[in-house]
Formats: sequence, C-alpha cells, structure tokens
Amino acid sequence: MISRRDFLQVSMAASALYGASAFGNWARLGAQQSLTQDKLLEFDTFGNVSLIHITDIHAQLVPHYFREPSVNIGVGSNKGAVPHVTGSDFRKLYGIDDGSHSAYALTYDDFASLAKGYGNIGGMDRVATVINSIRADRPDALLLDGGDTWHGSYTCYQSQGQDMVNVMNALKPDAMTFHWEFTLGSDRVNEIVEGLPFAALGQNIFDAEWDEPTDLFPPYKFFERGGVKIAVIGQAFPYMPIANPGWMFPEYSFGIRDERMQEMVDEVRAKGAELVVCLSHNGFDVDKKMAGKVTGIDVILSGHTHDALPEPVLIGETIIVASGSTGKFVSRVDLDVRDGRMMGFRHKLIPILSDVIAPDPVVTKVIEEQRAPHIDQLREVIGKTGDDQTLYRRGNFNGTWDDLICDALISEREADIALSPGVRWGPSILPGQDITREDIFNVTSMTYGKAYRTEMTGEFLHVVLEDVADNLFNPDPYYQQGGDMVRVGGMGYRIDISKPQGERITEMTLLKTGEKIDPAKTYMVAGWASVNENTEGPQIWDVVEDHIRAQGTISLEPNNSVTVVGV
Amino acid sequence: MEFSRRDTLALGLGAVALTVLPFQVSAAADDAIASFTGGADMADTGLTLTAPEIAENGNTVPVSVDAPGAVSIMVLATGNPTPDVATFNFGPLAAEQSASTRIRLAGTQDVVAIAKMADGTFARASQAVKVTIGGCGG
Repeated sequence: MISRRDFLQVSMAASALYGASAFGNWARLGAQQSLTQDKLLEFDTFGNVSLIHITDIHAQLVPHYFREPSVNIGVGSNKGAVPHVTGSDFRKLYGIDDGSHSAYALTYDDFASLAKGYGNIGGMDRVATVINSIRADRPDALLLDGGDTWHGSYTCYQSQGQDMVNVMNALKPDAMTFHWEFTLGSDRVNEIVEGLPFAALGQNIFDAEWDEPTDLFPPYKFFERGGVKIAVIGQAFPYMPIANPGWMFPEYSFGIRDERMQEMVDEVRAKGAELVVCLSHNGFDVDKKMAGKVTGIDVILSGHTHDALPEPVLIGETIIVASGSTGKFVSRVDLDVRDGRMMGFRHKLIPILSDVIAPDPVVTKVIEEQRAPHIDQLREVIGKTGDDQTLYRRGNFNGTWDDLICDALISEREADIALSPGVRWGPSILPGQDITREDIFNVTSMTYGKAYRTEMTGEFLHVVLEDVADNLFNPDPYYQQGGDMVRVGGMGYRIDISKPQGERITEMTLLKTGEKIDPAKTYMVAGWASVNENTEGPQIWDVVEDHIRAQGTISLEPNNSVTVVGV
Repeated sequence: MEFSRRDTLALGLGAVALTVLPFQVSAAADDAIASFTGGADMADTGLTLTAPEIAENGNTVPVSVDAPGAVSIMVLATGNPTPDVATFNFGPLAAEQSASTRIRLAGTQDVVAIAKMADGTFARASQAVKVTIGGCGG
C-alpha cells in the first residue's frame, strides 16, 4: 500500500503508481494564512540518499509570476496521460482543492486573482533557502540542475550567461546537463564549462565531425553519498541543432542515442553503481519512452517540457520526476538504497512561493551584484496591462504574450502575418501591472532574436505550420522536439491533431481580409528566432518595446483564430 | 527606434527548400530489394540499424549497420530519387560485420538495411528519419 502523507512514499514493491494520487493533506492546507515555510518544507527524511532537482530556470533570478498551461494535448500513447492534464482535471487527479496554493502553483484557473493572494513565485535566493533546508536534513544531498539555466533574461543576455553561472555556483550543484546554454555559442559554452566547479554531463553530446563522445562533456559521474555509490548520467536536449541554430555550435551533435544510454547504464552498473540517476533534458514523453527501452535507470530527473508533477511517474522500475520551470519548484527525492538497489522513495514537489519562503541573504547578495550594473535598464517602465489583461505564454497554442508579440511584429514591421516561436519559457504579467524592459526581455531574450521580414508563399506557410505541428503532435515521442506550436498573428487556421504530417493544417485564412490563404500567392511575413544564419532585422525586444510604448496600456482582443480538432 | 523596411529585409524560413513532407518509397527501392534478396523472406531480427530519429542535417546523416554473421549488408534511402546508398560486403576474415557511413536524405523517409547471412537467409531493419526545417524549442 502507498501511505498517504504530506508527501508520496512508495516502496518499489508497489506495482503501479497510476491513479494513486497521494498528494494528501499537503494540498489541502487551503488558505494562505496556514502556509508557512516550515509547512512547505516539511519532510521526514527517508532512506539514505537525497536528490534535489531544479531545471529550466531560464535565468529567472528574482521572484515573478508564472501561469501554467490551459492547453497541453497528449498524442498517441500519451493521450490524456500526465503531464497532458490541465486545470480542474489536474486538480481532480491529484486531489487539489480549488483556490489552494497548490491550485495556484500547478493549474491555470483564476490565475490573476490567486496570484494577487499568493504572490510571486521563484527567486533563486528562495530556492537557495529550500536547498539549504534539505542539506540541513541531509548534508550530502545531491543537487542536480537539468539545464536551460544560462538563458532567458536581460542580465543573462548582457553577461552571456555569467550572471547565472555566478548564482548557480553559490548554490553548489553537483552536476548539470544542457540545452539553451549552447545558444551562447560553442566558444562561450566551452569557456564556461572548462571553469565549472561541478560536472557537465551529457552521454549524448558528441563531436559532430567524428560522431564520437567529447572530453568536455563526460557521460556520467560517480558520487559516494550515504554509503551508496551513485552514478549520475547526463542526457542533454537531443534536438539542439534542429530546434536551435546549429551554426552557433557546429562542433557538436546530439540525438537521443538511447542505445548508448543503455551502454552507459550497463557500464556504471558493472563499475558498482548501486543507484543510477539520469539527469535529463529529453522532455517528459521522451523520458517515458526512454525509460521503457533502457533498463537499469532508477530515477530520471526530467526537464525541457516544463511540466510540474506532484508525484513521480513509474515506468517499469524507473521513476520519472518532473520539477517544472522558472525556479517555481524544487523536487526533493529521498531514496532507500540497500543491497545494490533502490528499495523505495519519498518525494515532494516543493512550490517556491516567494512570500512564504525567506530569501537566503548570501544568494540575495550575489543576485543583486549581477543586477546592479543594469538596474536602471531593467526597471524602466515601458507600458502597463489593462485591468482585465493577463500576459502569459504557456500552452500548445498562442498565449497573450504571443499575441502581443505578433501584434508588435505586424504593426512595427508592416507585415500581413507574424510568426513567433512556441517556446515554453517567459514569466506572466498580471492585470494592471507595469511592463518593464526586464519583463520584455524575459519573454524574448535570446542570442538569435533578430526580427526578420520576408515574403512567403501560402504553400510555404503551410509547410512551416505542418512541420512544427509534427514536431509537437507526432504520435511517437522520439520524433517530437518539445516546445509548442508556432504562434501565428494575422492568420487563422484549423488543426486536426489526429492527422499525419501534411494533412493537419487546413482553412488557413488571412484575418485582415477574411480570404483563404492562396498557396501560390506571396505574403509579407515578420517573425523572429530564425535558426538560419545571417538573419537580419532589429532585435525582437526593441520591436516589442516600441509597440508597447506606442500602445501605453495593453488590452488585447481575444484570439479565436486557431480551431483545434482531433483531440 | 526607427526601422526601415528596406534595410531589414531578410530571409527567415524562406531559404529552406520545400522538401520536408514525407517522401514516398520509390519503385526503385523495391526493385533493389527484390534483386538483392531474390524475393526471399526477411527476418526482422539479426540486423541492427542505427540512425537518428530526426536528422540534424539532412545532407549528412550518420547511419550504421551491424549484423553478426552477415556476408553482405545493403543500405537504402527509400525516399531518395536514387535509393541505393551502399552495399557492404564482408569477407570470411572480417572480425565483425558492421559498417558506418553518412548519407544524404532528400526528405523525411525510411532508411532500410537488408543483411544477407552466411546461410543464405535475409534480415531487414528500417528506421524513419525525419528531415525538418526546425526552429523553436522549449
């Protein structure tokens, strides 16, 4: 039996975890007044090993808001399975009360009003407090960073990731794996990694020319903790040169390489590993599939798809832990490892509620040092949101931030149609809140942010939408890249999720005239984040800033231009 | 900040050819298989084909084959205008029957390998390799 406590504890003898929601009374603390730091961190130390997992911080050093998705469609065998469950279905699945802090942290409904009650989330100085608290219980706990750390803010862009390196070094991780880090360019990545005081792991990071492993990114590292020999194997994002500009890191090749993952697991087991942990940036569905193919991994710490799950998912004898994004959550996983195998675990997804968890003063100081040289730039108010306007991005299709960015591209670049990347990072803005330059960078910052303007035929636009849709809705997770559907402005379409590539997208319509898109006709398209080299145009954050400044107060029309069927 | 349209015209996705939809298996591939096997049945074990699920660069896709006991392994890119890629022959002194190469793929398609074993039987393996225009991750 699974015990219902403040946290999930499962003996590996338990055959299945599905439907066994043990979120328990932790989820039912209810009103904010009963929330305390002690309550959020409460955990009876278990077993002999503790893992601390953080991932996909996207350079969010200070507290902010982050709305979870309302639409997250699973396809194939993942239809209706976590993490493809949102809103009230998610709360029902895990026994979370409406209006509770867990509802606020994990679901989207009533976001703006709950945000006003529960306040900001995240802040790496709060994360530090949680890590310190776990280390007080278990001094040799392993801290593992799943990557997407050195990307996503004004200060990160200006310092080429140095701000995040400095702050993370203060947290003292034991290992890390990678994705957006490589968009700093291979020279800069190599420079940082050579100086890192912790392991930079990736069994699937290869030399592109020779298709061989690299010296800089070893596949795994051994740790001796609690008398247990632990192997941590890194798995970087498999599709970096495809989803991001490969010309920025041409020396490197990636891929899933699950056959090599199996070789590495066998190798570390042969060397005496009693516990095998995979620190992964595969994305959740890819991790599920990999867990079913590769045997001998005890724990996969899953990143990339930004899912936050209150319980691990069990595939065979492997547990998969998903710890959200943006510094909003820390996962603590305590393990009982005896006789060379994992006998049981206890898990807690700790929400970082910034007003409840006290900042760690040492890390606050480090963060302030990174921000001080830029503070006037960061704080400059560009505009504000209207009284009913929340800005957010997360979801398979356009969020309001995306609509605003597409509006900016169309109006500032005089385009018919705008395309904006379906990334999952970027904090939210509440109604009636000032929009600062920092806020704009938080949803646009990248090293290839130039806003292009080009002509595309209707046929080519269709190819683009079909291509991206298949990266998201291919029924085989190994053919998915993570991320969401490309965001479109100025054009509506219908998408049938259930169809194969080439047949999903129909009824493409130019919104300003109501006419069907003509495959042979040419349209003026503005977009950003092209993976092609030598893209020209102004930086997207300047385009968005000009647009917001011209608007003053942002109030968007509801976007009903995408019809989704076949779900 | 002022932007003029003229000085910022640039190619975004437009530079990529229209070759991302799945390619059909060509008749030439079926012909090549028929002439290699003489129409014999093919087992689905005994041959390992390793190729990426999604090509990082469709112009140079690493592919490797491994079939212990094979005398010959044929590799086909079934969607290419000319599907024949290579046929590796292994002499009796070959320590192992494996080979690696890089191939060019015209678009998303199945890469197929067929091994002829020493006893005259055949084994087949295939893997879909997606060629995508890419962009935007999580």
